[in-house]
Amino acid sequence: MKEQRPVNLDLTTIKFPITAIVSILHRISGVILFLFIPLMLWGLQQVLGSGDDFAVLQRCFAGPVSRFILWGILSALIYHIVAGIRHLLMDFGLGEGKVSGRLGARIALGVAIVLIVLLGIALW
Amino acid sequence: MVSNVTSYSGNGLRDWLAQRLSAVVMVAYVVLLAVYFAMHPVAEQTSWQQLFGHVWMKIITVIVLLNLVVHAWIGIWTIFTDYIKPMWLRVCLELAVILVLAGYLVWGIDILWSV
Repeated sequence: MKEQRPVNLDLTTIKFPITAIVSILHRISGVILFLFIPLMLWGLQQVLGSGDDFAVLQRCFAGPVSRFILWGILSALIYHIVAGIRHLLMDFGLGEGKVSGRLGARIALGVAIVLIVLLGIALW
Repeated sequence: MVSNVTSYSGNGLRDWLAQRLSAVVMVAYVVLLAVYFAMHPVAEQTSWQQLFGHVWMKIITVIVLLNLVVHAWIGIWTIFTDYIKPMWLRVCLELAVILVLAGYLVWGIDILWSV
């Protein structure tokens, strides 16, 4: 091993490229969706259950915190789908290059943000 | 070819394909739901009960749940393989996730058939 290797531990000068950010967010949103599967199943159970079950669900939605959680879960879903579609396009050879990859990442991020904001407007 | 005993199919290419096919199936389901709730009020219980009262919707939803289990397993397996290095810990966590996912599937079927 060489003695004098270039070392950069100054975190303020290390920046993730946009492609890495889009990629790690895809993974994080996937984990979030996995963790919230039981809550979504519970929601389905309540909405398909008796009138009392539905009333419980409605009371939950009345609170700002639970509405925020719902927005968060759906945002993760939106992001995961958008970034996933980018992945599928890349499987077909679209947006794989250095420049086109960055462009694709920007487009995916932009589309996801717009959809998430629109969802927020619809929810509130 | 490297085969892996804990991955979904034990074969990277097959996992890769299964991950994508299951993704497409689930996106189609999300679109189906979005179209339905664009035409029916989402905050009304009857909209949901009407939709999930159909046998075809129950069947479709179970198929989607199966796809979800496969998709989640491939994703979680990849993440565990990337980040959790001690073999014993990884296998324990993998086992836990498999049991949990199997439970979700059974729970989902139970929910659907009690409508």
